[in-house]
Amino acid sequence: MRVAFGEGLIEIGGENEDLVVLTADVAKPTHVIGFGERFPHRFLNVGIAEQDMVDVAAGLALSEKVPVAVAFAPFMMRAWEQVRSTISRCSLNVKLVGTHAGLSASDEGASHQSLEDVALMRVLPNMTVVVPGDREEVKEATRAIVESRGPAYMRIGRDEDARFLEEGFRLGRAAVLRDGSDVVVFSNGYLTSEVLKAAEGAPVDAMVVHVPTVKPLDAGAVVSAARRAGAVICVEEHSVIGGLGSAVSELLSAECPVYVRRMGVGDTFGESGTYRELLEKHRLTAPHIREAMVEAAGRRGKR
Amino acid sequence: MSSTVELADLKHATDVQKVKERIRNVQRMLVEMTSSMGVHLGSSLSCLEIIATLYFLKMRHTPHRPQWKERDRFILSKGHAAPVLYAVLAEAGYFPKEELRTLKRIDSRLQGHPDLKTPGVDAPSGSLGQGISIGIGMAVAAKMRGSRSRVYVLAGDGECDEGQVWESLMTAAHLRLGNLVLIIDRNGWQLDDRTEEVKRKVPLRSKLESFGWETYSINGHDVEKIVEVLDAAERAEQPVAIIAHTKKGKGISFLEDSNKGHKLKLSEEEYLAAIKELEMKAKCA
Repeated sequence: MRVAFGEGLIEIGGENEDLVVLTADVAKPTHVIGFGERFPHRFLNVGIAEQDMVDVAAGLALSEKVPVAVAFAPFMMRAWEQVRSTISRCSLNVKLVGTHAGLSASDEGASHQSLEDVALMRVLPNMTVVVPGDREEVKEATRAIVESRGPAYMRIGRDEDARFLEEGFRLGRAAVLRDGSDVVVFSNGYLTSEVLKAAEGAPVDAMVVHVPTVKPLDAGAVVSAARRAGAVICVEEHSVIGGLGSAVSELLSAECPVYVRRMGVGDTFGESGTYRELLEKHRLTAPHIREAMVEAAGRRGKR
Repeated sequence: MSSTVELADLKHATDVQKVKERIRNVQRMLVEMTSSMGVHLGSSLSCLEIIATLYFLKMRHTPHRPQWKERDRFILSKGHAAPVLYAVLAEAGYFPKEELRTLKRIDSRLQGHPDLKTPGVDAPSGSLGQGISIGIGMAVAAKMRGSRSRVYVLAGDGECDEGQVWESLMTAAHLRLGNLVLIIDRNGWQLDDRTEEVKRKVPLRSKLESFGWETYSINGHDVEKIVEVLDAAERAEQPVAIIAHTKKGKGISFLEDSNKGHKLKLSEEEYLAAIKELEMKAKCA
């Protein structure tokens, strides 16, 4: 995913002369180094100083530049208060990208696994929050947040290389990838590809809706899918507190109160392991999701 | 030749006199504001001459066109001194002076701490330690577009406790930002106590120098000295730090060099005493 992101940035950088990329001593692992080599005068590496980076980006935005600040997702959160007090408060045109998000930093362990970033960014007024999962979608989402006005946070994983979308990314739009009438699964990031696998061959008829924009949530698509299916599962590589599952629950509790099962990482920290082992441990692989589909379909309310 | 120099000196002296007159206006506005609302009066008064000299003499800016791209920028990193910034902006003509009465009131453009809602405010602040970083972004942007726009950041001495200050000092020196000036309002107080009691700052000057900044130390209430050092800063090829030695509550004797005026609302009696003192000093000037 980070490879696609790096390629996307270079493409956009060639078209938009105001684009400036910043990083905090992670130019190589985040793959923004290619942008730095191509456009050295529009590239700033501030060293291991995320708080400084985020506010330097704010200053650039206050001078009509379009800064994209890139760090590992958990360490971007170190600058959360700067994001809150300066960027989000004044709706500055700063784009933040957290890489190695979710469980994807796998072997590095809990310190490097970001399971809270969607919650922390979603709570901020003015902030757009994007969690793409498909290789091409990462590039399109990068372009979309750069072209939109105002602050945005995009989180991407490390090494996953999924391709499951036929249509392009549109900011604020959810995509129905599979129709079904017994249960609907809302998911984002790489895990949507696990959800699609789960739906194939499941004993129930599952609808799959990919929701790459967590904020603003595509309320129309979420409510109408929930109405049609009558039971909901949310799947994300994030804490079950505060992320996509919470956003969907908040909406449906008022607009279409149905059974909602939130799948993600429970109220706990991660640990070292391979990416697959961690997904398995937190029951985020296709077989577990398929099991949940059956259970949820059994708890469907009236439409 | 010598007559040209004399003429320039005369003009300079007149300019400085004008700044001093306007400083007296701003002092009066601050006292008025503090009579109806609790404000950080002491830390506003300690940096009044600095902000006034920047806006009334040094900076290139256009109050009728606050968003002019080529303007010099000012960032009040110690955002709690917002009242003095607002009073200076009003005196400069960014908005009507009457609006100062709305300070911190509901629906006002004059928030408790600087916000982009206020005409003339270049950057938000209120959470300490962020101004230098924001200034770096602006200074870099100016360099990128080949602009001669300069960036001035005013920080408090207590604020130097924040780790981000030192992150940004390293960044600015590394980037050799000769268009960035940091002024530290060295009034010796922070919220809880004297700065050296809460956490030692000395030797501040050698710390700044060792971080790669061209560093000066001045009396922060002396307008001539402020102009002189800001002129020198324009010739620098690296970022410049100015330690401005000041007194919290400067100009109002019952507040001077104490923490009483950290945040206060003046009583009727205090208000009258403050106004009387300012009027006396104005007569002697």
